[in-house]
Amino acid sequence: MLSKSKVTVSMANSVNICLEFSGGAELLFDMVKKHDVSLPGNSQPWTIKSLLVWIKENLLKERPELFVQGDTVRPGILVLINDVDWELMGELEYQLEENDRIVFISTLHGG
Amino acid sequence: MAASGPENSELVRLREEVAEKTREIERLKLILAERNSTSAQTKEATPALIESGNIRDVPTFQPADGLDKPSIARYSRQLILPELGVKGQLALGGTSVLLVGAGGLGCPAAVYLAAAGIGRLGLVDYDSVELNNLHRQVLHTEGKVGTPKALSAATAVKGLNSTVQCVPYHLQLDSTNALDIIKQYDIVVDCTDNVATRYLLNDACVLTNKPLVSGSALRFEGQLTVYNYKGGPCYRCMYPTPPPPETVTNCSDGGVLGVVPGIIGCLQALEVIKMAARQEVSYSQRLLLFDALDGTFRAIKLRPRQASCAVCGDAPTVTQLQDYEQFCGAKACDKTQSLRILQDNERISVQEYHTVLSSSAPHLLVDVRQPVELDICQLPNPINVPISQVSRPEQLQRLKTAVNCKLKQLEQDDKKLPVYVVCRQGNDSQIAVQHLKKLLSDLPVNVTDIRGGLMAWARKIDTSFPEY
Ligand SMILES: [Zn+2]
Repeated sequence: MLSKSKVTVSMANSVNICLEFSGGAELLFDMVKKHDVSLPGNSQPWTIKSLLVWIKENLLKERPELFVQGDTVRPGILVLINDVDWELMGELEYQLEENDRIVFISTLHGG
Repeated sequence: MAASGPENSELVRLREEVAEKTREIERLKLILAERNSTSAQTKEATPALIESGNIRDVPTFQPADGLDKPSIARYSRQLILPELGVKGQLALGGTSVLLVGAGGLGCPAAVYLAAAGIGRLGLVDYDSVELNNLHRQVLHTEGKVGTPKALSAATAVKGLNSTVQCVPYHLQLDSTNALDIIKQYDIVVDCTDNVATRYLLNDACVLTNKPLVSGSALRFEGQLTVYNYKGGPCYRCMYPTPPPPETVTNCSDGGVLGVVPGIIGCLQALEVIKMAARQEVSYSQRLLLFDALDGTFRAIKLRPRQASCAVCGDAPTVTQLQDYEQFCGAKACDKTQSLRILQDNERISVQEYHTVLSSSAPHLLVDVRQPVELDICQLPNPINVPISQVSRPEQLQRLKTAVNCKLKQLEQDDKKLPVYVVCRQGNDSQIAVQHLKKLLSDLPVNVTDIRGGLMAWARKIDTSFPEY
């Protein structure tokens, strides 16, 4: 019983989410705006913070400084969690849930 | 058939009379047309241009307290909307709006604000009309190329609705004049094209307590938010730190489809009209994302005003306007700045490359622009390696193959192959030279930048070469 529940817990930490990049952020990801990704089982629940590390290691091949700065996104990128500003959702500490849609948008300045 | 004598003379007399009356009518028509056109010309007279020396010389603004017969006729289709009505129309006529930027966003915004009967419309732009503006800056016309955008836009708007008081400002909005200008308006519309002016406008609006209707567009995307309105966030609440300058793309480098800023500019006008007519606005503490390729509009809920905000927070540190070009590390315009990354001995002029080309000396030309740009124009026989892909293994392999092929053409084995790198304006090519020097260090090559790129070529070597 105990070992079974343990397995369930570790499986529960893997999540399928939808990542989107827009406003020019997609240029860093081969011009692909939408990515359906499966985050593997993890000892800790997935957060935006650990997602950023995963993106840097798995999706972002070149010039990571144009996307991340330290452990967060660079200034000028707004993170949306299910169509809500991440500031309202706990920012880096937000725990990802199954089917979440996380959008990274680069703010535009042209006119 | 022949008519008798007296009858005939009667007909002749009548014909003469008709001819004379017709001439009289023609003469009266001419006079009328002349009078009409003079009165139209007085109404459409070019509004007086405000420049840096006379920013306080704004004509007084005296809104009407009722609607006259021509106004009722003009606005009848919107007057019968219960949400607007006479009260709303008078509120529009009593509102003064400052549009900063008479470009891709400012032109459509100005058209609908003037058409709807906004009382006073200030139009700020330091720039003059260029041919490459016309695909999106739809108030300007071919005949206005070279004239100040503020004046061109104000003249066009005046022709559409002569009852709107238009105030064109041909100047760069900066820390010294922004507050004085903004104070004279009720609502500010951000139609600018650069980060520094966006922070400047935000701070000026917070300091003078004016709402800021902000729009932006690039490529196929647009964004819209109303800042500093009824306790909502300001631009700095959202973006406390400016973006690194190298991450900012302007329309001349990134491109933009004209209708995209057109749509965002129209939505900015809509928010202003609702605000002026005392209706609820839609995008305070909300962000509209428009994706023209997907055809989608998405509205995002934003954070509230931040207590920690440097300008609108509880303990603001920004209490007067700053140096925004310094704050952002970028100029307050959307012109691409010339970078100077390389040493002089790592660069050659377009004249020197012209000599290389005419002497058919063995060399390799690497064009680091996007493939779509090579379709517009190119020099003979380039190998295309886009700047964004220089470090990719497959691109490097292509490049090395090309280098080895050219090396065989060299007469002496000990000589180095010149590799010249070119782009549009000579910035990306310098970055590429830095990368390629490292990436090709195992080959006998000499990597050099062509200073000023293809635009320098078009200006100095071949004037028939397209500029874009
Ligand atoms: Zn603020």
